[in-house]
Amino acid sequence: MKQDRSKRGQAKQFYRPSMKTAKSATADSQLIHSIARLSFGPRPQEIETIRKRKIKEYLAIQLKPEAIAEPSLLTTELNKLKTLSMSPIALFQEYTARGRGKKISPEARKMLRKKRRGLVREAFQARLLRAIASQRQLQEVMVDFWFNHFNVFAGKGLTGMWIGNYEEKAIRSNVFGSFRELLGATARHPAMLFYLDNWLNTDPNSRGARGRFKGLNENYARELMELHTLGVNGGYTQADVVSLARILTGWGISRRDRQGDGSGFYFDPKRHDFQDKVFLGKTIQGRGKEEVEEALDILATHPATARHISYKLAQYFVSDRPPESLVNSLAENFLATKGNIAAVLNTLFTSKEFLDPQYYGNKFKTPYQYIVSIYRATNIEKPNLRQTYGMLRQLGMPLYGCRTPNGYQNTRDAWLGPDSMMRRVSLATALARKYLKTEKSHNPNLLMATLGDRFSSNTLAVINSSKPFLKTALILGSPEMMYR
Amino acid sequence: MKRRKIVQYGSLFAAASLISVGMNSWVVKAIAGSNNKKLIVIFLRGAIDGLNVVVPYRESAYYEARPTIAIPTPDDEGGAIDLDGRFGLNPALIDIMPFWQQNNLAFIHASGSTDPTRSHFEAQDYLETGTPGVKSTTSGWMNRLLTISPQNNPTRAVNVGNNMPLILKGNMAVANLNSANAKRQLPIDRSAINEAFDRLYSGQDAVSLAYQEGRKAREIVMKEINKEMMEADRGAPTPINFVKDARRLARLMAGDAKTQLGFMALGGWDTHVNQGSTRGRLTRNLKPLGMGLAALIKELGSVYQDTAIVVMSEFGRTVAENGNRGTDHGHGNAIWLLGGNIKGGKVYGEWPGLSESALYQGRDLAVTTDFRTAIASVLSQHLQLSGSDLENVFPGYSANRLLPLIT
Repeated sequence: MKQDRSKRGQAKQFYRPSMKTAKSATADSQLIHSIARLSFGPRPQEIETIRKRKIKEYLAIQLKPEAIAEPSLLTTELNKLKTLSMSPIALFQEYTARGRGKKISPEARKMLRKKRRGLVREAFQARLLRAIASQRQLQEVMVDFWFNHFNVFAGKGLTGMWIGNYEEKAIRSNVFGSFRELLGATARHPAMLFYLDNWLNTDPNSRGARGRFKGLNENYARELMELHTLGVNGGYTQADVVSLARILTGWGISRRDRQGDGSGFYFDPKRHDFQDKVFLGKTIQGRGKEEVEEALDILATHPATARHISYKLAQYFVSDRPPESLVNSLAENFLATKGNIAAVLNTLFTSKEFLDPQYYGNKFKTPYQYIVSIYRATNIEKPNLRQTYGMLRQLGMPLYGCRTPNGYQNTRDAWLGPDSMMRRVSLATALARKYLKTEKSHNPNLLMATLGDRFSSNTLAVINSSKPFLKTALILGSPEMMYR
Repeated sequence: MKRRKIVQYGSLFAAASLISVGMNSWVVKAIAGSNNKKLIVIFLRGAIDGLNVVVPYRESAYYEARPTIAIPTPDDEGGAIDLDGRFGLNPALIDIMPFWQQNNLAFIHASGSTDPTRSHFEAQDYLETGTPGVKSTTSGWMNRLLTISPQNNPTRAVNVGNNMPLILKGNMAVANLNSANAKRQLPIDRSAINEAFDRLYSGQDAVSLAYQEGRKAREIVMKEINKEMMEADRGAPTPINFVKDARRLARLMAGDAKTQLGFMALGGWDTHVNQGSTRGRLTRNLKPLGMGLAALIKELGSVYQDTAIVVMSEFGRTVAENGNRGTDHGHGNAIWLLGGNIKGGKVYGEWPGLSESALYQGRDLAVTTDFRTAIASVLSQHLQLSGSDLENVFPGYSANRLLPLIT
């Protein structure tokens, strides 16, 4: 059967303003659209609460997370996760054989490996609890965005041990700040240095070149340009990759606290290439770690970077194929503000493209967004971790489990498929059953109201004509729920 | 099991291609419902180091460039397994050596993409769209292959893995077999539940169509998998997922699901660090790959005679080892071919050598065979595609020098 999928392309318009005046109906669909994109989906009563304010106010508040009080239950739960506040050096000392500084038995080594897996579990728990219950929703949405942009994989060596700290210190603290600071924080973090091998990167002719520190490793240098900054068409050459790798020699990790801040970052001049390098047409004077700062300055303010980041933001928040006009205005704003992320986001959320109804409800949720939105809509604040992880894995998106440095995609092409639909509606059914066990008095109409009453006539007809136990499953597994 | 239907197909180019193919073609046989030729593509994501798979052990430059990670010559203990007096096979791949001896296994060395990119993601996309250098292609060449003789069979092409890869994306329906856990029943398999969801997803929008294909495919696949459970595992069960997945794919190909195109991806080849020689990261990954291929072939049984298996990767790796007993992103690589009617026991391709002047950009194995030439040769001789079919599968590519790969 020949099926023209290009025609399948357009998502249905799901926002059906209720019986109000045209103007307030528009305002209402704008509001529901904004909540869908700036958060992981509405919780019970949330739409009503935000309705009392204006969108502008909601946006302003969300861009200043430190002023938003967190629910005490969330704070209590996060405080239980003791390893989250440990520094990379403390983690290294506590959770590795080398860090313990003495010979240990194979059994003890195995125990340490097991304990390190516990660290990834705590990081996962913290991420999930926040995504569900934090009032700082846009911050958590941006953590999802930036983590994937600067992806590291928990399964590679010691990366997992540092992944919670990486997310907290390098990513979450910088989601709305300057892009240059965010870039620098990831560049100095042991999780990134380990994951993309730069901790090993060494000038082969330096006096520190020995053992496993024998020579150049291009891995981080390439991804730093291709993925983190310029983008693959950003105009760099293989020679630039080699130059940047040389600039990055000696930029690595120490197991001792050489900076005095527990960060684990250490620049080893003994392994650095002190010759001058030509990078992106500019001569970088060989002088040590300042070379890296200079290179990061160039990369962070490069027009290709502005475009690359703007495209990705527009794609994440507006449309899989974002309008060119929006990408251009974001890139201009990025350059004008020297990469001020909050300013770029403000431009984005107030743009005519973002508020254009043709884009409402057209972003297919990633598995992570889908599952978190179900938890939020059904008010499940402490879900079963193991089960949630299993669901994410089955849907192809285990958290911290993306092996490749490009991170998870957020387009419909990446996630919509026959098998994934079978799994989504199945897990919606399983979660609905669980939900009904705890909420005996549950009313499907309230769940639909929580979600903004934005269901097509077909969906409503099917829900209304189904048995009570299926109603909730159908709402959570509806086509409307697949989109944000 | 629903009988496959011959479906009306209106588009002009397809009509033209139906006329142009011969009576023995895959297309005609597929329509007649006789035993079909099959194709499996195994994609090694992350760029496998082809020089340590098919080892040019006569080249002193190879050993000079790789002081700690070269595979020793066949004369050395634990060294490469000699193939043709020029090249040797990585000893971790001992499990596929019998196919070489039966002349069922061939390699095309110094092959790859005509695009110079060393980005994993870009290069993988190009191999999957079949249009190197062209970013705007949104469908994969394996999906376009299905349009040549469209049929209403949702399991005609199967991907093993969680998400649909670009190579299978496009207008034609493709089934997805989730890796591991595939045997478990899901709520959607129960009629009380799927009846309601079927009504919810009865439309023609993208999500509904994906749902409908999922339902059809699941019915067929579950039937096949249940059969497998009852027959129990033949041969020793192995914990390695790739081997399990390979067996499962073989069941679909050999059974009632009538799968003709199969795709699997395998990761873990980006060996920047501790790649190792005959021990190390590469060896650890090659061993299960070899075992999986052997299991796949065993499970295919008699269907193996009609099957061609292509193993490929986005690009090769640097000739010289880097500072960490690993290799960085390079260019030329080796494509592997297995199959009952592959003219094997031979390393194809023009070998450019590893002398400094022969290297691509002074550092990598050059590409002397376009990957599309290798695949087009299989499509033309094995699946009997015509020249105009090939143009539809690989737009912009002219297949003028095909390799004689099929007996």
